[in-house]
Amino acid sequence: MTVSYRRERLDRGVKARCDDIFALSSYREACYLWLPRVLPVAFLLLFPLFKEVVGLYWAKVLGIACIVALLALSWDLIASVGLISLGQALFFGVGAYMSAYLNRSLGWSPLFAVPVATLIGALFCTLLVSPLLRLRGIYFVLITLVLPLFFLRVIEATKILGGTEGISGLTYIPNIWVELYVPVIAVLLVVFSFRRLINTDYGMVLRGIRDNDRTVIAGGINIHWYKLQVVFIAGVVGCFAGAFMAHCLGAAAMSMFSIDYSILSLTAAIVGGPGTFAGATLGAFIMVPLSEILRTFGGLRVVFYCVILVIFIVGLPEGIFHYIQRKYHQFERLVEVEVKR
Amino acid sequence: MESILIYGLINAVMLALITLGFSLSIGISGVANLAFGGFYIFGAYFAWLLLFYLGVPYPLAILLSVLVTGLLGALMYWLVLMRVRGLILSEVIATLATGIAILEFLRWKGLGLGYEFNLPCFVRGGINIGRVSLDYQRLAVIGVGLILLILLWFLTHYTKVGLAFRGIAQDEHTALSMGIRSDWTAMLSVAFGSALAAVAAITILPLSMINVNTGYDVLLIAMAVAVVGGLESFLGIIVASFILGYAQIITAHFFAPHWMMVMYLIAIMVILAVKPSGLFGKFKELEERV
Repeated sequence: MTVSYRRERLDRGVKARCDDIFALSSYREACYLWLPRVLPVAFLLLFPLFKEVVGLYWAKVLGIACIVALLALSWDLIASVGLISLGQALFFGVGAYMSAYLNRSLGWSPLFAVPVATLIGALFCTLLVSPLLRLRGIYFVLITLVLPLFFLRVIEATKILGGTEGISGLTYIPNIWVELYVPVIAVLLVVFSFRRLINTDYGMVLRGIRDNDRTVIAGGINIHWYKLQVVFIAGVVGCFAGAFMAHCLGAAAMSMFSIDYSILSLTAAIVGGPGTFAGATLGAFIMVPLSEILRTFGGLRVVFYCVILVIFIVGLPEGIFHYIQRKYHQFERLVEVEVKR
Repeated sequence: MESILIYGLINAVMLALITLGFSLSIGISGVANLAFGGFYIFGAYFAWLLLFYLGVPYPLAILLSVLVTGLLGALMYWLVLMRVRGLILSEVIATLATGIAILEFLRWKGLGLGYEFNLPCFVRGGINIGRVSLDYQRLAVIGVGLILLILLWFLTHYTKVGLAFRGIAQDEHTALSMGIRSDWTAMLSVAFGSALAAVAAITILPLSMINVNTGYDVLLIAMAVAVVGGLESFLGIIVASFILGYAQIITAHFFAPHWMMVMYLIAIMVILAVKPSGLFGKFKELEERV
């Protein structure tokens, strides 16, 4: 008879009482619940204040991470109704070009151009996508891969909107604090409102559509209308990211429709863990600094994204966030197991 | 007018040749292989390496490169696809990422602009048909394309392997109960598809040069033809490549070459919006939309 051990996983006491109602009996338990929420928020809000310490470069990297996080969040929201998109760059590019056009041709200041471009861009994308929303599974995936490339080629062929050169010479964001804080606040706002949205009754319908669309139809719900609303909300978030980025860079370029942004946001969402929104954000804050560190490799960076994406899809499809969450809410101990021979 | 007819025909066969490998895996046996563009360029580049770095004779280089590309496809199936098999969206994302990784790696190796990356033609020279001059390579494209079409038709309709390819696409469990080893068959189909990509690349690319951007275009072309024709339909590939091939030549003739790619994209979007299973697709009609 030999003794061997197995690992036993148990839920922590606070968690075990209920899934979303907690009975707190000490500050320690309150901290247990609050710290994972407060610490990231505090980090995001305080980081730009230390821009002299960490350098303006890394403060701006945080801004870019926030922009990518917004894009990943919009991916995650569409994915929560079961529409998997490979073309998040569509929202990004449309927002950027819309804002650039308003700024450059009509002379609007970014203060008006960005919000208007966000709304009109989202509306435009929703109308464009609406005939395609009835598609399911792989057919929808294929068409989302094609859509941003279509814009890329049309701009290249017709030479509208500046052709291959893009629209440059936009008004920059006037104040550095605005440039640093607007994306941070936008990300926080979007993460927490999406997390709340998906747990409401409305969100339950969305998850129902993802799990079994025909059952939801059988329940007398117009799923097309719901999908349209979700694409519009995701479009607002994605177009805002594009419009804001255009004013940070001072230009809207054709590369904003390129597959790089689609892959980057997709990787962020998959690495972080789809379905929780916090995961997509976490993924963006891992991928973007990583990509800045890898900048010396130049073109090889995209290879790294893709390899990471494949590794996560194959090895850890639930994503980092789910993994950490599970580890946080459970503790492990070794239990003796008697094995009889 | 003659030139439109003849070049349209060549273009159509070229599209069919490109699409065969893509369609064999995603259409006929239902395993997504969006790394197709990567294999296409890899096949050509590997032949180029063998030819100019190691001095291998051209026929042997072609054979080796087709073999190695096929093995690479099998390796991708074994490492990546087998683990996400059945989750079609994961398959698509994982293979697309693999393809982009291959392409961008090759771009990093300097394949982005290289004018020197050029495969030799099979036979130099050309003939005149009426007022249109044709080089032998374009005739070779037609020849290889037709031979492969016929071979593949026989493979998928009259051999056990080919019937197994179609079987696992229709119903994997039933196929299993009939004694078809599903993983092995799917791996063969991905390997065949990748090898066909290399064949297509080595036949077509002597007409231009080996460029990474072509890899992305080839994926779109294959997708356009496969989607327009209907993913699993063999007849669909032929009809769609004729429609798109002629449409492309006419576009290039009357508008500008820039519009050729736009036309593919419009074709994909219109077909997916109107009839997602394509002109000749049948058995996915109930699953495609709600």
